[in-house]
Amino acid sequence: MGKITNEELLNKINGKFDQQITVVGEPYGLLTIETAREQIIALLDFLKNDTVLQFIYLTDLTGIHYPEQEKPIGIIYHLHSLVNNVRIRIKVFLPDGDFHIPTATTVWHGANWMERETYDFFGVIFDGHPDLRRILNVDDMTAFPMRKEFPLEDPNRVDKKDYFFGR
Amino acid sequence: MQNHPVYTDNDPQTVPSTLNLGPTHPATHGVFQNVLQLDGERIISGVSTIGYIHRAFEKIAEHRPFYQITPLTDRLNYCSSPINNMGWHMTVEKLLGIETPKRVDYLRVIVMELARISDHIVCNGVLGVDTGAFTGFLYMMEHREAIYEIYEEVCGSRLTTNIGRIGGFERNFNTIAFSKLRKFLKDFPVTLKEFEVLFNRNRIFVDRTKGVAEVTPEDALSYSWSGPLLRAAGVDYDVRAMNPYSSYEDFDFEVPVGENGDVYARFLVRNEEMWQSLRIIEQALVKLEKEPTDIFHADVPEFYLPPKEEVYNNMEALIYHFKIVMGEINAPNSEVYHSVEGANGELGFYLVNDGGRSPYRLHFRRPSFINYQMYAPMSRGMLLSDAIINMSSLNVIAGELDA
Repeated sequence: MGKITNEELLNKINGKFDQQITVVGEPYGLLTIETAREQIIALLDFLKNDTVLQFIYLTDLTGIHYPEQEKPIGIIYHLHSLVNNVRIRIKVFLPDGDFHIPTATTVWHGANWMERETYDFFGVIFDGHPDLRRILNVDDMTAFPMRKEFPLEDPNRVDKKDYFFGR
Repeated sequence: MQNHPVYTDNDPQTVPSTLNLGPTHPATHGVFQNVLQLDGERIISGVSTIGYIHRAFEKIAEHRPFYQITPLTDRLNYCSSPINNMGWHMTVEKLLGIETPKRVDYLRVIVMELARISDHIVCNGVLGVDTGAFTGFLYMMEHREAIYEIYEEVCGSRLTTNIGRIGGFERNFNTIAFSKLRKFLKDFPVTLKEFEVLFNRNRIFVDRTKGVAEVTPEDALSYSWSGPLLRAAGVDYDVRAMNPYSSYEDFDFEVPVGENGDVYARFLVRNEEMWQSLRIIEQALVKLEKEPTDIFHADVPEFYLPPKEEVYNNMEALIYHFKIVMGEINAPNSEVYHSVEGANGELGFYLVNDGGRSPYRLHFRRPSFINYQMYAPMSRGMLLSDAIINMSSLNVIAGELDA
């Protein structure tokens, strides 16, 4: 396991970002915190450059859609401190109709395509991103297909209705 | 990023030419495009376009029960699909809290290391082809065939394997599988040695690869590189050693690290990883002798489909079969991130479950996708022929790139 425990990690973050983060939990040992988009870049920067924590590695950046929530779109960062061998998951939820968040490409170059993918599938605008275009889908697509309202199959097809398959 | 001299001559006679490298260029080894601006043979700038075989696996996965997602993971990195399959099974097992028996872990390790070897065979063989040496590729390909025959004995298929189930394997390894494995362990080191003799100190090969596309560890980390590419750049990050899964902590192996991240260092790292994989498989075979031979899956009747003959003759098996197929069994409402060391790097599965039998959200952290984004920036100032072998050594698999 890692050299620092989740508790120490949380204390360290709380010392710098008191009242600005909430702890979601520790599912399967992975500390999960939530913050607001105003703090996210400062938080990522702190985690990366702190001499003890050293979360120098952005493992993953992706989105999630909860249509019933007041803040439906979530952005999820997985960071990894290779020195301490500890991971952390950070979530930011964005209010309906205002899917803007500052880009993490200022902290890691590798965030570039991950953010493009998230934009492509969830329609989140990463402010300050150098090249925010669709990446896997065609450029003239208008929908954001990983949102829950986007159907898996063409809705006009009658031969592949889910109830035929017991779903 | 390295600083090759870039020609900035504004002489009208040297107007840059545009080259479409791909999407179906034989040298790209996959379906993706680079639009390059060339000054003579030197690349001024490039734009990568990907997504030609995007199949919306993440969306499909939201509509499938867990056990039907395994065939989707096959089609990510199709050169080493067993690693993807195992990674997915282990993610679900982590979510459900399933403990697998040691024998299952060791069998999985064998299959995963075979997959790693088969992936590196293709990558390093093709790197030889791209530098003009076809022989090495042909020598090595024979042994990929041997690996595929072992897969056939274990699961019945070769390329997209769908190997194993949640909790273990669908059937036990038969004796033919073990005898083929032993034959492979005897034959392959000879060829691998020959392959190294053919390339490692070959003047032409070294001249073509050494110093090409050097990457600093800082760049590699900033671009979230992983796998052999990151290790060639000098960072000893290997998921198997750092966050051991499937009992990798029981094995004695080394993590090879390169010096300057150039194409030659990546080649050497991959070759050394094949030797280490052979070591791991040999250790696994020794460990297996101490395990009971009839265990090949965990005892999780709620998620592991019973054998068909038992379904017809046994009440419990029939009930569980019905419950699994009709989706009566729910999984915990939680989220889990699990990663395995794929052949190209950290292959991660981020699974969010809302309590149902299919994921609420499933995200694949695909190493090829993340590794490849440095390609266009690092090609700037490079010769076109160097950019081609750089692409081979990145080992970009189109299926993993696009998901």
